Amino acid sequence: MKIIVLLKMVPDVVEELELAADGKALDTEFLRMIANELDNHALEEALLLKEKYSGTVTVVALDAPEVDDALFTALAKGADQALKITDGDGTLGTRAGAYRLAQTISSIPGLLPADLILTGAQAIDDLDGLTAPLVSHLLRLPQLGIVTKVSVDTTAGVATVLREFPGGVRGEYEVKLPAVLGIQAAEKPPRYVPVAKVRAAMKSQAIQSVVAPTAADGGVCLLPVEEMTKPEVTEHAQMLQGSPEEIADQLCEILAARGLL
Amino acid sequence: MLPDPATLPYFGMPGYFHLWLLTFISFFVFGGRVLRHVRVLAQARPERRWDHIGKRIGLVVTNVLGQRRLLDEPLIGAAHLVIFWSFVAYATTFFWNLLRGLIPALTIPYPDDVRWVAFCVQALGALGVIALAVAAVRRYLFTPVSLERSWDAAIILCLIAIVLLSSLAGAGFRALAATGEESWRPVGSFLAAIFGSLGVIPSQAPNLYLWTWWIHMVTVLGFLAYLPYSKHLHLLASPFSVFFASLEPSKMPAASEGASRLEEFTWRELFSGLACAECGRCDRACPSFACGEPLSPKQFIHRVKELVLASSESRAAGNGKKFLGDVVRPEDIWACTTCAACMERCPVFNEHIPLVIEMRRKLVSEGDVQPRLQEAFTNLTRYGNSFGQSERKRAVWTQGLDFRPKDARKEPVQWLWYLGEYACYHPALLEVTRSLARTLRRAEVDYGILYEAERNSGNDVRRVGEEGLFELLRQKNTATLQQAHFNNLFTTDPHVYNTFRNEYPDLNHGRHPVSHYTELLATLFERGELRAARKLPYRVTYHDPCYLGRYNGVYDPPRAVLKALGVELREMPRSRRQSFCCGGGGGRVWMEETGEAHSRPSESRVREAASLEGVQYLVVACPKDYVMFTDALKTTGLEGKLLVKDIDELAEEAVAA
Amino acid sequence: MAGNVWVLAEQWRGQLSDITYEVLALGKEVATALGVDLHAVLLGHEVRDLARSLGKANSVLYLDHASLATSVPETFAHALTSAIRAKSPHAVLIPLTNVSWELGALMAAELEVDYVNACKDVRAVDGKLQVRSVLYGGKMEAMVNPAQSPAILGILPGVRPADQGRAETTPPVEELRVDLAESSSIRWKRYLEPEAGDIDISKQEVLVSVGRGIQSRDNVALAEDLAGALGGAVCGSRPVIDQGWLPLSRQVGKSGVVVKPKLYLAAGISGAPEHVEGMKNSDLVVAVNSDPQAPIFNVAHYGITADVVDVLPALTEAVHSRKEVKKHAA
Repeated sequence: MKIIVLLKMVPDVVEELELAADGKALDTEFLRMIANELDNHALEEALLLKEKYSGTVTVVALDAPEVDDALFTALAKGADQALKITDGDGTLGTRAGAYRLAQTISSIPGLLPADLILTGAQAIDDLDGLTAPLVSHLLRLPQLGIVTKVSVDTTAGVATVLREFPGGVRGEYEVKLPAVLGIQAAEKPPRYVPVAKVRAAMKSQAIQSVVAPTAADGGVCLLPVEEMTKPEVTEHAQMLQGSPEEIADQLCEILAARGLL
Repeated sequence: MLPDPATLPYFGMPGYFHLWLLTFISFFVFGGRVLRHVRVLAQARPERRWDHIGKRIGLVVTNVLGQRRLLDEPLIGAAHLVIFWSFVAYATTFFWNLLRGLIPALTIPYPDDVRWVAFCVQALGALGVIALAVAAVRRYLFTPVSLERSWDAAIILCLIAIVLLSSLAGAGFRALAATGEESWRPVGSFLAAIFGSLGVIPSQAPNLYLWTWWIHMVTVLGFLAYLPYSKHLHLLASPFSVFFASLEPSKMPAASEGASRLEEFTWRELFSGLACAECGRCDRACPSFACGEPLSPKQFIHRVKELVLASSESRAAGNGKKFLGDVVRPEDIWACTTCAACMERCPVFNEHIPLVIEMRRKLVSEGDVQPRLQEAFTNLTRYGNSFGQSERKRAVWTQGLDFRPKDARKEPVQWLWYLGEYACYHPALLEVTRSLARTLRRAEVDYGILYEAERNSGNDVRRVGEEGLFELLRQKNTATLQQAHFNNLFTTDPHVYNTFRNEYPDLNHGRHPVSHYTELLATLFERGELRAARKLPYRVTYHDPCYLGRYNGVYDPPRAVLKALGVELREMPRSRRQSFCCGGGGGRVWMEETGEAHSRPSESRVREAASLEGVQYLVVACPKDYVMFTDALKTTGLEGKLLVKDIDELAEEAVAA
Repeated sequence: MAGNVWVLAEQWRGQLSDITYEVLALGKEVATALGVDLHAVLLGHEVRDLARSLGKANSVLYLDHASLATSVPETFAHALTSAIRAKSPHAVLIPLTNVSWELGALMAAELEVDYVNACKDVRAVDGKLQVRSVLYGGKMEAMVNPAQSPAILGILPGVRPADQGRAETTPPVEELRVDLAESSSIRWKRYLEPEAGDIDISKQEVLVSVGRGIQSRDNVALAEDLAGALGGAVCGSRPVIDQGWLPLSRQVGKSGVVVKPKLYLAAGISGAPEHVEGMKNSDLVVAVNSDPQAPIFNVAHYGITADVVDVLPALTEAVHSRKEVKKHAA
């Protein structure tokens, strides 16, 4: 089985996010980037599928700060190959990014066709699109998002997939491979790989740099942001103070006043 | 004249012939088994333990001949000392008897014939029997925790009893058969009188003497053959395990990927299994075990022994189950707080913690890590702290001060204060940290901090098996410290203290190694640079942090500070070396509770503190202790009775005008 | 009908979800500001009757096809793009829930127009659309003005009260013919219902909800004690269900149940948008979280910064003693 995982770096919200001087983007001075959480799940799902059905996992990412760490970590976890698409300033939006990914992947000899292309169902910086549906459209492949379980019939070339719906309902689908899946959760939590293994990967393995073909954006421009602001907190809870017992009493008063007690 | 067992005929052959046969069989089995053990150990990883021979001999003298650690439990300690020495005496006379028995042509007397030898042997024998009775009563009627009443132990007790009693009975029959020199053979004479009154006539005595001689010899020969596969292998192994003990007990095993199979452990780690006498002292000391966690230090040493024995007997250990995973479960290993109370107590100097670390390293390298611990690792790797907070927030605590501590990255300072992540990030500790900042300023100590450049020192990371992350942290911290400008280094956190002092080579360019803040405070009070404006009228007790006390021997400076403050100090029963761990070390603060425990070590400790009459404060000198005990006061409902205070909060109170 | 505002009516398993009305309310505002009509778009197979409740719109565009009987995103996207090509609306508002998740992005890709994700507000100013979108888990908002036509907008739940999108009148229905084929690559097989829990949390009046902040499976019992004292039930956020501490039927949020109880007590829940989606319309929200910066406090009416493990038992105790007092007084 041949699996490709699309990985994206997103702003790390552990840091306080500050706005740039022009008020249209994030200030990058103290900004740190981290791999999109759901892309980690996609990678985990890919590795689990590789363990089950044997095959290869190739991780592809657009160049961005701290992407090397993420790619080496992926290699240490068991990915076979890591590709970094350079020649970009790392500030492409989701839509332009998806175009660049799709065009570049198509241009690498031998990479396509793959059986599965996995990526996270969403990311915190998805302003102008979602990667999985966009890439699937460009590569003319079927797509399903919010996927939580994948099993494959390798001889028939068909995957059985669970997709989440509201109310805890899940839909079971049969998808002909090759296909693109937006992963919501891997079947097991993303594995831990010790620092020693990542460092070893940094020494013994290499990330392949790939230059995107020209006009890879297909003329798609970044959706212009007029203004970025911190959300206005119009409401904030009334905070109750005191010891747990005092708080409990206050709360009981409130509930009683509303006829809930 | 007494008959000579060696020359008397039995089944048509002289005695010595049979003796040779039995000796040959016994020694063959014994030797073969010992050799197999040695071969198994030779398969394991090497480890060099031949350094400081003088020191090592000293250890053997104190701990094997002197049985020092056993005397921690005085009654059984004394009994065991007697049993040990009577055993030594009997072993000597056994070989003497054997030599004489095998070579009758040798014109040496039997040991029984030499009167001062007979005296010593009989005296020790009698004492030995009494000691044995004490031990048996303790084992069967007042069974201590973790002492298993196994068949092995029962067999050993019986064999030793037979050895002693047969010899003493023999002395009795000898005295009955050939009177004379009763004063040199008091027990013999005593027993002779008893036998006489029981109707034994002197003419039967020589025969009975022969019986007891043979019973004695055969029992010992049989014991010898049985020895290498029983827990009494510790007789043979313990002098070696003490000789090859780790001279730096807190030292971590050399960098490795961990161990789960026999060949991956070092020979000394495996030897712990063979040297173990299954006395249970480690279990009785272990805070996790005391609270019902799945960890039993004795159990997994036992499992290591089984691993070695199985290999010696050329059978698959654990019936094909994985050693680490099935035989030793991961939760058993994760429950260790690395407090080292077990190693402190072990009479044969076994190394429980290195075994735990090696197995944890293996679990980590396989990614078999529970989610919360995984999160801690990821946070430590990315942000240099386990709280998952931005490294830029490390110095937010300073905002509550009305001054700005010096930045040691930018200007030279006399003292660099390395806080440790708990003191910087944990909300309950920020005021305590500020209190120390103010106190030191009042004493006009020239100190500075590293602000955002400080990272977790890695002590607990190492102890939880993430060696690679430890190296990464150590690398970064060493670089930061080398670029900073300071003369001396002190820290709030005993865990930082331990790793800086013992595991960061050339930290301070060869100058005085890291100090703990209590050492600094003690010096300040001693020099009068800090003075208590008033004596604090409190009755307090003090908890010795594991990594400050047991690991690094720092017991007195905190007590000196308390003395300078004028408080009345009452020691808890488990203090100094015997201090009882708060349960937060070894990465335990990063782990989920398994739910198997019925209580927490911190709860046991606060109850111990509260049991001291009139004690108002439980004084701590470690940020983790502060948090663990404060929580424990809540969960035990002791909040009204006792308060947790950092030693420096009291110092500030006393010093403030 | 060029230049109108369209709202996709979210039809799933023969029913219209509440978010349809929320987005209709928003769509009406935008359409009015632009001076154009609002159309509701209904896709499915033999669901024409559902159009009756969509009276907020000027009319309903109904696309019926056998292949729309099952929820295959691509098929729905194709149907919509055909309709869009036929009718050229100015803006298309798609409700952003698990049901219609990929539609906006798929349509934008096919039509090669802008798509704006996670919209929390849309206004029309001087004939131009001003869209406010949520980013970085709620930590930032971006204002964008999509220039192309149609602008495809993914609208978050709760953007307007659902009642504002309902109307008494029945709208006219225009049926559009679409050329669709069954997807050859994706086939829906069946739905897996969550294990029939004993309780339907969407029908409870009092819910005590637990998140990661309760720290361990054992502490769920504290929540159960409180729920019992208050006569309600326990539910949880996604991480708690993923860990197996509560069954799937108790999950509140985007992939779980949307609840509107009289009292929602959030214990140890940070307030991530995917969870808040599921409970923000509760009558009274009380949040307990040791982190004073937790976003949940922006949604709660009352907040408590303390350790959940301390507060829950204290609360249970207080509730019980009040009940005792009442019992004795009665």
